[in-house]
Amino acid sequence: MISSFSDTTTQPTKDYPRITGSEAVIRSFLAEGVETIFGYPGGAIIPVYNALFDYRDKLNHILVRHEQCALHAAQGYARATGKTGVCIVTSGPGATNTVTGLADALLDSTPIVLISGQVASGQLGTDAFQEINFLELTQSVTKWNCQVKRAEDIPAAIARAFYIASSGRPGPVVVDITKDAQNGMTEFNYQPVKFIRSYQPYADIDNNQILEAVRLINLARKPMALIGQGVILAGAEKELREFLEKSGIPAASTLLGLSALPTDHPLYVGMLGMHGNYGPNIKNRDCDLLIAIGMRFDDRVTGDPSKFGINAKVIHLEIDPAEINKIVYADVPVLGNVKESLPMITERISKNDHSAWIEEFRVCNNIEREEVIEPAVERRGAHLRMGEVVDAVSKEFEDAILVTDVGQQQMFASKYFKFKRSRSIITSGGLGTMGFGLPAAIGAKIGLPERDVCLFVGDGGLQMTSQELGTIFQSQVGVKIILMNNGYLGMVRQWQELFYDKRYSFTELVNPDFELLAKANHIAYRCVERHEDLNDAIREMHSTEGAFLLECRVEREENVFPMVPAGAPVHDIRLE
Amino acid sequence: MEREFIITIFSENKVGLLSQITTVFTHRNVNIESIAASPSAIEGIHKHTIMVKNDPERVANLVKQIEKKVDVLKVFCYSPSEVVMQQLALYKVKRSRNVEDMVRRHNVRILEIHDEYIVLEKTGHKDEIDELYRMLAPHGIYQFVSSGQVAIIKSRRELLDEYLKYVNEKRDRIMREDK
Repeated sequence: MISSFSDTTTQPTKDYPRITGSEAVIRSFLAEGVETIFGYPGGAIIPVYNALFDYRDKLNHILVRHEQCALHAAQGYARATGKTGVCIVTSGPGATNTVTGLADALLDSTPIVLISGQVASGQLGTDAFQEINFLELTQSVTKWNCQVKRAEDIPAAIARAFYIASSGRPGPVVVDITKDAQNGMTEFNYQPVKFIRSYQPYADIDNNQILEAVRLINLARKPMALIGQGVILAGAEKELREFLEKSGIPAASTLLGLSALPTDHPLYVGMLGMHGNYGPNIKNRDCDLLIAIGMRFDDRVTGDPSKFGINAKVIHLEIDPAEINKIVYADVPVLGNVKESLPMITERISKNDHSAWIEEFRVCNNIEREEVIEPAVERRGAHLRMGEVVDAVSKEFEDAILVTDVGQQQMFASKYFKFKRSRSIITSGGLGTMGFGLPAAIGAKIGLPERDVCLFVGDGGLQMTSQELGTIFQSQVGVKIILMNNGYLGMVRQWQELFYDKRYSFTELVNPDFELLAKANHIAYRCVERHEDLNDAIREMHSTEGAFLLECRVEREENVFPMVPAGAPVHDIRLE
Repeated sequence: MEREFIITIFSENKVGLLSQITTVFTHRNVNIESIAASPSAIEGIHKHTIMVKNDPERVANLVKQIEKKVDVLKVFCYSPSEVVMQQLALYKVKRSRNVEDMVRRHNVRILEIHDEYIVLEKTGHKDEIDELYRMLAPHGIYQFVSSGQVAIIKSRRELLDEYLKYVNEKRDRIMREDK
């Protein structure tokens, strides 16, 4: 069979079953080991849903309440399990609703396969009912997309989609399938894709760069490792620890790299970035070697990139060639999968100890503890504060998966939550999508039902996707929702306070009754306002079977510190 | 500092590929000065020639972003001295004695002669085409159209062939491991 979706010749077809294109979609999923899909039916995708009806015992379909949330749920599922998240939506508005999720998945490198229905091929280009040029629309928010107009192309297109989504630097892909292709008949002979001529996801590692990296590491007096999500995506947590423990180098993490190294690891010195920890930011100026491992120097990490690591040489271990020298110049670029490149370095470096240098971080972190963290988690003042809530939840739920929305609670949660094992944080980093949290938590819990999933969300973010409380009820998803209600869009309000003369332009929220919202969706609820009730409320949430909404009425005008002012060098970090 | 670059992109011949490529330019905030697309010397592989004026670092990053597109095989970037470049232009101008003199002096082909107008074709460097335009302008240009610039690399090494050899070996290795 010759298909425009295959780069390798396939066997001549004979004796393969003839099935509809729609059934081929479902059977392709099964061939890829898919167990769960997130979706929403509609006109142009009815044939696929019709085929799915016969496979309900093999494929768990979660009916969300809005297509954007199908994507976010699939993202949560993918990031918790390491598998590819799969979604099905209809054409037109179903498709356009997914764009935020695709963009989020692209920026945060999450493997997603989205199947979108499309009008019949004969109607393409006629502005038919619910027709949208989805390929053009998703060009810049997908890793790859394609349109399938013949049933016989479906298996090869889906095989290609799964390979592209999950290999190299992962990302979202779209397969747009016309209704006539869904209804057409095809032989089904599924062949997973392992090679695409124009796509080489894994570079051959350059031995000379390894040797040069080793030389710099052995010479460095004040080196720092920067852990990115690339470590988690590569499954290189063990390789990372071996590298750090042999080299004795202190390591800081990006937001998405959190949990790759346990929080209590002696070489872990905290989170990088605008609202990261004091030590790794302030010591950036003194550092003489930065070893960036699977991270992309996001501006929220670097502040002013021209001053980032101003006295340091940079080794950049990265799978995506386009990230090398994009923001920060790499003296030694090591292109390739960090699971391969890290051991090549570890093997060759000398065993070392940087305890005097690490002590400098401890001093900084003690300052931060005294000036910021202890006051934030101490139960004093008239009102509850976000820091103490996160701290208390983290102590009660040991080893939970942390899911956050975007804003102040995201920063408090990611800094004060303790991580024991990898893939324990799911948060929208690159796109910063408010409303991401609730559906992502649903996806994470469905992917790993045996683990506790704690979602921290603000009153603004919860209301962006609160319709998914209905999904929680219908699919009985036991997520623990900790609502940090301050009646404001807190992060924007903080900026307005600090940089816009306290002009709180449209950041105050007049909220609905969250208890009624929980009860309407049959979700257990408790509200806590006083310090002395907090522990009991969290214990109640923990011991309650199934979903729980814990509304914490927190201090209205609390600020997140430390903070690097936008565009400033990271060593200008402010404690207050 | 802004400089001129010639970006040649080799891609699979897929529907919508040109839009995939131009999206990268929009996204990365680089203007396209001229664009030309055609089949290459290798069957099934398309070649796109795009001229840009920008600073070298931004162009280097742009090239990697284009290459990241799954259906793009390989992207090369050259400075004008590394390539032979040509462009084709058509001029529809008012007939006059002066114009006919210019035609003789500038190595211009005449495609059509009419009582009123004459259609000229000029192939050459962008500068030559612009110069002819400036000279004809005072005599009345009715219509002007020019193609994108196309370029051929002067180097004796065929870099795309080397790349294809490399990926084919990789494919054979993967297929062998599979069995």
